[in-house]
Amino acid sequence: MNHIDLGTVLRQTVSANLYSNLVTRPTGQAVRNQIELLMREAHERTLTVLDFSHVSMMDFSCADEVIAKLLLRYCDENPPHEAYFLFRGMTDDHWEAIETVLERHGLALAIEQEDGVHVVGVLSERERRAWEAVKRHGRALAADLAGEIGEEEPEIRDTLDGLWRRRLVMRLNEEYVALGGGAERG
Amino acid sequence: MTTVINVPPSLDDQTFEQVLEQLAPVPPDEKILVDARHCRWASPYGLTALLTLAQTRAERPAFAAPETEDTVGYWARTDFFKYAEELYDLHGTVPKRTGGDSRVLLEVTPVAKSEDVHEVVERIQAKAQQIISTELSLDAKATVGFAMTLSEICQNIVEHAGRGGWVAVQAYTWKKRLGRRVVQIAVCDAGIGFRNSLEGAPGRVRDDRWDDAAALEAAVIRGVSRFRDPGRGQGLSGVRRYCGRWEGKLSIRSGTARIALVPKWDEDVPLEENLPPFPGAQVQVTIPERAASKP
Repeated sequence: MNHIDLGTVLRQTVSANLYSNLVTRPTGQAVRNQIELLMREAHERTLTVLDFSHVSMMDFSCADEVIAKLLLRYCDENPPHEAYFLFRGMTDDHWEAIETVLERHGLALAIEQEDGVHVVGVLSERERRAWEAVKRHGRALAADLAGEIGEEEPEIRDTLDGLWRRRLVMRLNEEYVALGGGAERG
Repeated sequence: MTTVINVPPSLDDQTFEQVLEQLAPVPPDEKILVDARHCRWASPYGLTALLTLAQTRAERPAFAAPETEDTVGYWARTDFFKYAEELYDLHGTVPKRTGGDSRVLLEVTPVAKSEDVHEVVERIQAKAQQIISTELSLDAKATVGFAMTLSEICQNIVEHAGRGGWVAVQAYTWKKRLGRRVVQIAVCDAGIGFRNSLEGAPGRVRDDRWDDAAALEAAVIRGVSRFRDPGRGQGLSGVRRYCGRWEGKLSIRSGTARIALVPKWDEDVPLEENLPPFPGAQVQVTIPERAASKP
């Protein structure tokens, strides 16, 4: 698992190293480029924790550059590699901008909070139910979940594959693995 | 020949139009004297717009400073003269800046590049927290949105204006229109303006109605941007949402038009056209103190 402290990346990226706010498009582009550079050293399949704990605030432009464009690139049909993201240390001070860009691009992401990992952003009710079911199990086959959420196996598999393409669950052979549950290292 | 442009006693976004009306018939290469001797008060919009005005002149203009000690002292504490002396031949007694002023949340500050926006946001945060929650009685969440709003409006200069501009933020009691405390952000530039910026937008359909007002409507209401990137245009949308949430007012003047998102407490018009021409974009955001709930 990679851990990227966005506060550190920000201070390495902008010319003055005293800033704690993720603002402006050029800064967002530079931070995203740095994240991708750090990820380039990772293996074929990686889970990267993007840690906002040391970022005071983020504006819409930066949220679009850092979060939306990163997710769009790695949820694309031909991503550079199989990358998953878990967002840590997000507060209300970050959320307004993030929520806006997720809605704009129809994206969703997994955030780690005190009470566990949650998925936020644009998801259908079916996707949300399937994601919660995987989270409860940690890792599961589509067949394991079919009865639990009252859908036929092919349907739930389709939904889980959709969540995998959106990088909201991992897929290891036939199993689907929740992000942040520790099982992703298996 | 020098044309005298009189600055009204109270200078804000509305009365600045009187300045522009006087300026409209004067060719840019003609010498002007901006006479602020009888001016008693200026909003952040007034101060930043005066600096912007100087940028539009081919012939270096002259400026007569306010005569009242309080006024000229306050303008000095906003750093207005620090930049005015670079743009105008100053006349009158201009004091050196001594100390700060609690009403000034952000002195008149130049914005030309991304680092300037970082600097502005870092400087505003501590003061904004104090003024927004304590003086305006708004939820603490309003502070973050305020900094975001400031950041996004300043970025319009960096991304679209093509030249530097100014930002200033002040808090004061707005007796005339509201009778409550307000925080006001003003960001003014003399750049290319909304219409010119959007003329480069991909896929723009040319129609009969294309002017400054149409450009402002496209950018502010529909979130149109000159960039092809679908993520663009979110900044002003976010500013609109912020103003709507906290009963704030957003007004943007560009070229010959002015668009405003008018809250209940104000009587402004949503769109004004055929104003005296003025280059660039002049943005104002006003966030009022929360109205006391009736018993």
